[in-house]
Amino acid sequence: MIKLLSGNEALAMGAYHAGVKVATAYPGTPSTEILESLARHDDIYAEWSTNEKVAMEVAMGAAFAGIRSLVSLKQVGLNVASDPFMAASTMAVNAGIVIACADDPGIHSSQNEQDDRHYAKLAKVPMLEPSDSQEAYEFMSYAFDISERFDIPTLMLTTTRISHSKSVVQVRQEQTPPAKQADFHYDVEKYVMLPVYAQLRYSLIEERLTKLAAFAETFPFNQVSWGERHLGIITSGVAYQYAREVFPQASFLKLGMTYPLPKNLLLNFAAQVHRLLVIEELDPFLQENIQALGIKVTGKEFIPRTGELNVDIIEKASRSVGLLPEISSQPLKDMSIKLPKRPPQLCPGCPHTGIFFTLSTLGKRSSLTKSQVKTAKESPLVITGDIGCYTLGTYSPFNAMDTCACMGASIGNALGMEKTGIAKKLIAVIGDSTFMHSGITGLVNAVYSEGQITIVILDNRTTAMTGHQDHPGTGISAQGKKTRAIDLEQLVRGIGVSDVRVVDAFNMKQLRNAVRGAVDSTELSVIIVRGTCAMLAPKGSASMVIDAEKCNLCGICLQLGCSAIQRGKKQLYIDSALCAGDRCTICQQICPRQAIHLKSRVESVKLL
Amino acid sequence: MKKLDILVVGVGGQGVILASDIIGETALSAQYDVKKADTLGMAQRGGSVISHVRIGRQVYSPLIKKGEADILIAFEKLEAARWNDYLQPGGVVIVNNHALPPSSVNVGNEQYLNDQEITSILKQRTDRICFINGTRHARELGNVRTLNIFMLGSASIFMPIEIQAWEDSICRHLSPNICQINIVAFRKGREEMRNAHLG
Repeated sequence: MIKLLSGNEALAMGAYHAGVKVATAYPGTPSTEILESLARHDDIYAEWSTNEKVAMEVAMGAAFAGIRSLVSLKQVGLNVASDPFMAASTMAVNAGIVIACADDPGIHSSQNEQDDRHYAKLAKVPMLEPSDSQEAYEFMSYAFDISERFDIPTLMLTTTRISHSKSVVQVRQEQTPPAKQADFHYDVEKYVMLPVYAQLRYSLIEERLTKLAAFAETFPFNQVSWGERHLGIITSGVAYQYAREVFPQASFLKLGMTYPLPKNLLLNFAAQVHRLLVIEELDPFLQENIQALGIKVTGKEFIPRTGELNVDIIEKASRSVGLLPEISSQPLKDMSIKLPKRPPQLCPGCPHTGIFFTLSTLGKRSSLTKSQVKTAKESPLVITGDIGCYTLGTYSPFNAMDTCACMGASIGNALGMEKTGIAKKLIAVIGDSTFMHSGITGLVNAVYSEGQITIVILDNRTTAMTGHQDHPGTGISAQGKKTRAIDLEQLVRGIGVSDVRVVDAFNMKQLRNAVRGAVDSTELSVIIVRGTCAMLAPKGSASMVIDAEKCNLCGICLQLGCSAIQRGKKQLYIDSALCAGDRCTICQQICPRQAIHLKSRVESVKLL
Repeated sequence: MKKLDILVVGVGGQGVILASDIIGETALSAQYDVKKADTLGMAQRGGSVISHVRIGRQVYSPLIKKGEADILIAFEKLEAARWNDYLQPGGVVIVNNHALPPSSVNVGNEQYLNDQEITSILKQRTDRICFINGTRHARELGNVRTLNIFMLGSASIFMPIEIQAWEDSICRHLSPNICQINIVAFRKGREEMRNAHLG
């Protein structure tokens, strides 16, 4: 059977055919679709874990009980999971465990650009890097076999371009192996990492690494393809695909297993080519480890260390060092006409719009504010932010987010600033899924430390930015089953917060009163802003329309940044195809001229 | 056919990814090697969306090299101008004659390009430019969301694939209740393109 699959779909199918029975993840671009695809199978257990650390621990537990398990996460997710990941690499795993980790070179949807291949070296675990969907599919069964054969987790590393590109996969028509009977065998030397037992593991770990390096010599996807011998290129992952196009005549050593390295294979390849080059994305991981074997090789002296590679970039870099002939090229585009940018923005009917408008105006960050203070710099509020769609509150017209570090950081960041004695009021803004992920411990800390900050939890009942995954607050499992929901308000009260306000995300008066009240309060407060994500909520029955006779073009509604509200040649109008209508009505609530009202959809289409 | 590089661009919500998925699967069903790469993540929130589809005997890079695309399909005018540098000299541009002004334009911080400016940018790469009223046709068909399949129909006449393969693929991707209206949109797009003057 031949299919066009994304790398993530192929990884999931490969894992399924390799007999994975427990799969865990926290959503994170570009890794999310791995678990989404696995969750569709009824004969395995798949969960959205609270965070990546928990995901790793659950997967380890399954492996301890003799069942193959998979954790999928993004590059920064492995940071969160790094503690149990390091533990898993020290302990024995019993059954196969694979960590599918997706890096994001070029930072398409992340807060940083880190090269997680370093984790393989740190943890001394084997690492596989597929270069297309076919390999993503095939590598999975190897990854589980390696894990079991060497009693160690296997790291399966992809990048955005592997995870999110689709390519052709020849799928094996195999039955999935039946689940083994789960059982746990008492063995404290393998499973209890007290110092006395952990110390015993380290000689084993070194021995295992030597055996893995020997295995790498025979790994069938460490492939040499001979071309002309004047140039030999060592590469892996998607960089291989680009390099093949740039140097169609060269000899290639494509590494499917990039840690530990196959020393003899590398020495042999190096000896047979005149000039040796490594082409890889991000850090010189392969290059430095190959150089450590005593092989002379170049690469990152001219191949960029930051951002994604592509054919253009490799060609340009190669020209700069004479690997390709210079060509005189015309610029592809005359840049004299400036194009307006189109950054991502909150959707029409987004439950974050009202609170950001409120923070923007009360924080005197909006150009509407009558006060002299009009920039975020002089605002009486400091708004620490977090990771989610709502990070878009940073952009104009809101300008209502001052920091965004990593998952859950908003609360700790706010408390730290407050403890300096700063004269501004601290507000932390965090989403419901992010709060579950790593905001809870921050809130416990803030209560315990007698912080006076305000935490705004944007409860849109989903993990929106990664494509609407459920989380502990929604009461629905990754496999669509009804489960126990964690009550956010009770949770916050249980931690010890007494000033808790739950407000309607689409009620501007409530929002304004809640933020005002919290800012004036000297005790720690939590505002839960509740409103269903616009992409999940049914559209309202009617659309908003602007009465051109009443509208004086003051532009206040435009400060909502709602893409349904548009500027025509002479008047403002609302695109009924985009407007969320009576489910939102925020523009109606803030219009000082009462010029916006509801019309049935049929009527509003006629007006357009 | 040696190779065909197709760049599909538009705004989040217009159905760019679905359209490029259908191109990819249809080409696969016609025995070609296919790779395709999308921008996802934050870009789906009303941002600019780009999808690279590469078809050939053997495709390596999933990304089209700048200056090499054979066809640029733009669901929105400004996006046509934005991604024009991917087009090879003399390549085909099919532009939905429809503007979705970004918020910076609505607020008044930036200016949307006029049609003359857009055309002059497109002409830097090619004279084979076709503006087509995709949004209007889709609306007339009774569902503005058929725009992507309409545009696909327009572009399909430049691809060496049988119409039946297209229509089968469309039906595999869409739920049965919207399949028929999309087939109509596809045929309408093909017809419009056949009648259109290229350039």
